[in-house]
Amino acid sequence: MTFINGLKCRECGREYPKRAIAGCEECFAPLEVDYDYDAVSRVLSRKVISARPNNVWRYRELLPLDREPAVGLTSGGTPLIRAERLGRELGIRDLYIKNDSVNSPTLSFKDRVTAVAINKALEFGLSAVGCASTGNLANSVAANAVSAGLPAYILIPDNLEPNKIIATSIYGARLIAVRGNYDDVNRLCTDLAERHPWGFVNVNLRSFYGEGSKTFGHEIAEQLGWRAPAAIVVPMAGGSLITKIHKGLKELEQLGLLEEEVRTRLFGAQAAGCNPITSAVRRGSTEIKPVKPATIAKSLAIGNPADGYHAARLIAKTQGWAEDASDQEIAAGIRLLAETEGIFAETAGGVTIAVTKKLIEQGRINADDLTVIAITGNGLKTPEAAGLSEPIVIEPKIAQFERVVLGLAATF
Amino acid sequence: MSITLTIPTALRKITRDADVVEAEPGTVREIIASLDESFQGFRSRICEDEDKLRRFINIYVDGEDIRFLDNLSTRVRDGAELAIVLAIAGG
Repeated sequence: MTFINGLKCRECGREYPKRAIAGCEECFAPLEVDYDYDAVSRVLSRKVISARPNNVWRYRELLPLDREPAVGLTSGGTPLIRAERLGRELGIRDLYIKNDSVNSPTLSFKDRVTAVAINKALEFGLSAVGCASTGNLANSVAANAVSAGLPAYILIPDNLEPNKIIATSIYGARLIAVRGNYDDVNRLCTDLAERHPWGFVNVNLRSFYGEGSKTFGHEIAEQLGWRAPAAIVVPMAGGSLITKIHKGLKELEQLGLLEEEVRTRLFGAQAAGCNPITSAVRRGSTEIKPVKPATIAKSLAIGNPADGYHAARLIAKTQGWAEDASDQEIAAGIRLLAETEGIFAETAGGVTIAVTKKLIEQGRINADDLTVIAITGNGLKTPEAAGLSEPIVIEPKIAQFERVVLGLAATF
Repeated sequence: MSITLTIPTALRKITRDADVVEAEPGTVREIIASLDESFQGFRSRICEDEDKLRRFINIYVDGEDIRFLDNLSTRVRDGAELAIVLAIAGG
């Protein structure tokens, strides 16, 4: 059974039937999936959701598939962790980490969006899939394409971290490194999608793909006992995730599944070396001025964010804010999260921790605000970014251990 | 010689199915104006008003986004390649 009426332009409202399409043909704005929420509300309840397996399909009526999912069956259902130690460090009482660094199959939140997009490619009968990616999406599309039995064309900038490259090519995907930054890759991918009838998950499957991110918000609310947090801090690259988390929360509210109305303030996190959305928010504007990225947070290095306008608008509307973090602050953020909560996040996580620290220091997030930090990717993908020193090396002797490690004088 | 402009699918109804059109050198603004004469309605499809592109339209001159150059006043040399590209999502 389907709950989707079709696609609808976010800006001009023009309607389109369900198909692989990049954006509105009138005004070129992104298209949103148009659900029949009345029909959804008749079948979806807390009880129904709670009885289902712990993955993104728990909320399947709010995802845009027309058939049962065939791939991505283990994605989502990641832990929400009470972060008391980190909270003490940052000076906040009620802090949680939504930990998508352990998402399945490829250790980032992109497993949520890919689960939807690859199933949609199968439904549309497309002969291949592909994407432009800063790394995490590449890993996820490559892995899920194998499960779907589809060839994958993955385009990445030529400066990506080695582990993100390995974690894509291992699946046998056709991996193409393009000379240039993500925005150059994106442009090529847009042109390719015009010429080849493939499913590019973030081009012509974009309207469906983005919907997978809503489950990040659905899960947070359910895990908090069907409540939306007071504040949420989300890393921003293209700007889609933060808007979809909000949409996920608002959907649960609309369906009457939450204890109280959604008053969540959205806080966006970017790297100082690629901060087009943050700088718009600081200017009190929604006008995105593109930048040339220069940051170690390569997964966030999108200088021309397509959903930046929408993200900046929602941040202002919810009375949130956006901040950015230097490379040094990002590395310190990665270490702080690891040393306080035992979670090793990739660079985007370092950005989000560093920005949360600033927002609390600035008084934009208060000590008693129930706050969730979105950790979206795994540190093993970008180990070089943490800036760690080499381990101590000793001979296999007790005396050496005690002298070098414990600083004791030799006793014999 | 002239400059060439790549047209995305969504705009090809206006350009009578041409995926590439030619124009004389000039500023991006002048090129849009001259194409609006050849293909009626061209400018209003990509511009919000005389001096502003629609939010989700990007124009590249020889691979560079005109917002890094001189926006619609960017001068386009003879032989250059222009492309109209729709903004797409992150990844």
